[in-house]
Amino acid sequence: MRDHPLVQLTLARMREFVREPEAIFWVFGFPIVMAFALGIAFRNRGPGELRVAVARGAGDSALAATLDRSPRLAAVVLDSATARLQLRTGRVALLVLPGDPLVYRYDSTRTESRLARLEVDAELQQARGRTDVVAVRDDRVTEPGSRYIDFLIPGLLGMNLLGSGIWGVGFAVVQARQKRLLKRFMATPMKKSHYLLAFILSRLCFLFVEVVALVGFGWLMFGVGVRGSWLVLAGVTVLGALAFAGLGLLVASRARTIEGVSGLMNLVMLPMWILSGTFFSYARFPHAMIPFVKALPLTGLNDALRAVMIDGASLGQLAAPLGVVALWGAVSFTLALKIFRWR
Amino acid sequence: MSAIRCRGLVKRYGTLAAVDGLDLTVASGECFGLLGPNGAGKTTTIEILEGLTLPDTGDVEVLGMHWDDGAGGRALRERLGIQLQETQLADKLTVRETVALFRSLYARAHTVDEVLDLVELQEKRDTWVNKLSGGQKQRLSVACALVSRPELLFLDEPTTGLDPQSRRQLWDIITKFRAGGGTVLLTTHYMEEAERLCDHVAIMDHGKIIASGTPRELIAGLGAEHVVEFALTDAAAAPDDAVLGGLPGVQRVRRDEGRIALTVREVHRALPALLALLQSRGAELSLLTTHHATLEDVFVTLTGRHLRDA
Repeated sequence: MRDHPLVQLTLARMREFVREPEAIFWVFGFPIVMAFALGIAFRNRGPGELRVAVARGAGDSALAATLDRSPRLAAVVLDSATARLQLRTGRVALLVLPGDPLVYRYDSTRTESRLARLEVDAELQQARGRTDVVAVRDDRVTEPGSRYIDFLIPGLLGMNLLGSGIWGVGFAVVQARQKRLLKRFMATPMKKSHYLLAFILSRLCFLFVEVVALVGFGWLMFGVGVRGSWLVLAGVTVLGALAFAGLGLLVASRARTIEGVSGLMNLVMLPMWILSGTFFSYARFPHAMIPFVKALPLTGLNDALRAVMIDGASLGQLAAPLGVVALWGAVSFTLALKIFRWR
Repeated sequence: MSAIRCRGLVKRYGTLAAVDGLDLTVASGECFGLLGPNGAGKTTTIEILEGLTLPDTGDVEVLGMHWDDGAGGRALRERLGIQLQETQLADKLTVRETVALFRSLYARAHTVDEVLDLVELQEKRDTWVNKLSGGQKQRLSVACALVSRPELLFLDEPTTGLDPQSRRQLWDIITKFRAGGGTVLLTTHYMEEAERLCDHVAIMDHGKIIASGTPRELIAGLGAEHVVEFALTDAAAAPDDAVLGGLPGVQRVRRDEGRIALTVREVHRALPALLALLQSRGAELSLLTTHHATLEDVFVTLTGRHLRDA
């Protein structure tokens, strides 16, 4: 069993990988560092207090005192020049000019300013006796699943599968070709399929560690859970890893040098990092682009991962995105085998 | 029976004919040396024989089989041991892991220990490849070729760039392999190596074999067994070729970068005559050496160039 060429080739791949500390960091450490940093930076704090200014004039301090009473506003009285400067530089969200009528000066393209406009107006109108005509009650939610980190972890997982598939397979193949090791293997009775299969098998072994590390970190640190079945999650990640290993083989199928293949890898990966909804939803792109974005393999994988982790989707509901991933994988493998340069 | 037979081998790269109509026969059990300067076509030839490069035309038969005999010649590969020029084995695998990997690719291979004993790398078995010396790396590369228990061993410049001690260690490994009945085809540009190891040699230049035979036959083909080389402090004072050629026992006169080399049959007659001639002309020697003729002299005589700088 241990002497089977497939076992030995896979072992060799895995040994070479784990003996490369940089590779370990980029595959296992980097996504966790990224999740940590982004999770902290974009944690949900709510809008907090909005800072507004009242320009000097008749009744300025009374106005400021009224506004200050609101827990959502912090008001200061400033002379007109300073107030204008602070408004322009964004240090205050809105400037109230006392008089009749009262003037609200603000930039209507800034979300914060528009929010301040609503808050300030509501406070001042109420203080002057306006009453609400409909009874309302606030029901606030901060459910796991709706936070940025819940969106981010599946995206990072998808990006990580893409990166380790393309780097892990691509670099190793081109390095072996550059060092004439590929040619040396061709001088043995080795089956080509064994050589390629060894890459896939070693990827699947590391895949397990990658997924557990990142999902485990998200759960321990930010309470990001998996709503769907673990089995479905495992199936989705395996399919993703296979597809990206195929893409890695395709990228590396002809290149003779590491420099050459690095360029190709970036060409393949960079657009997907941006377009495929890793860090932000691809719904922000113009409508006409969406079908193109949805045809990318990382988009399919990210959508499927989010559906499992956040929405608890079952395998049947994932047919469309997984179909895209599987198609990319199958086409890449077939093409890579056809054009692969074995020496 | 012959281990290798090829006829009319041609391989062109663009307009350059790397191999230009080559015939070769290697008998079973012998060590055959393919000699020549860099760029002579040795590596292209050996890679065609190894089934790694397809010739444009020509017929190759190795151990009675052909490379196009189905299944990518896998049955034939089982019987060969191949060491390529410039292969770098994986840096971060140990010696043992590397041999175990190659071993797994063959049906009836040596054990790892047997091979490491053979190439004397036992004490380095757990060392990473990138920590080995040049000689040790080369022995590991030969170990990966020997692990298949080959009937025929291909070695492409196995000792190029090695120090004399490492070179001798590799020669011992090759000699041991031959003692077990194996056939060897090696390329080299070290004449000493060919004379020492090979039963037959073929000298290649510009993709063709320009001479072949046993080392002794080739040297005997010079018609004389010694070479007298000399140089004068004043090169202009040198006697011309006709005068030198007329000295007793001198077969051939060759001028080379200020030196004059005489191929002679009997040193004890030629040398006193040469010295007397130079003295009578008042020419002063700045260098005088004599040596037994080597394959290097054969190559220089055939091509007018030295092997190293050809």
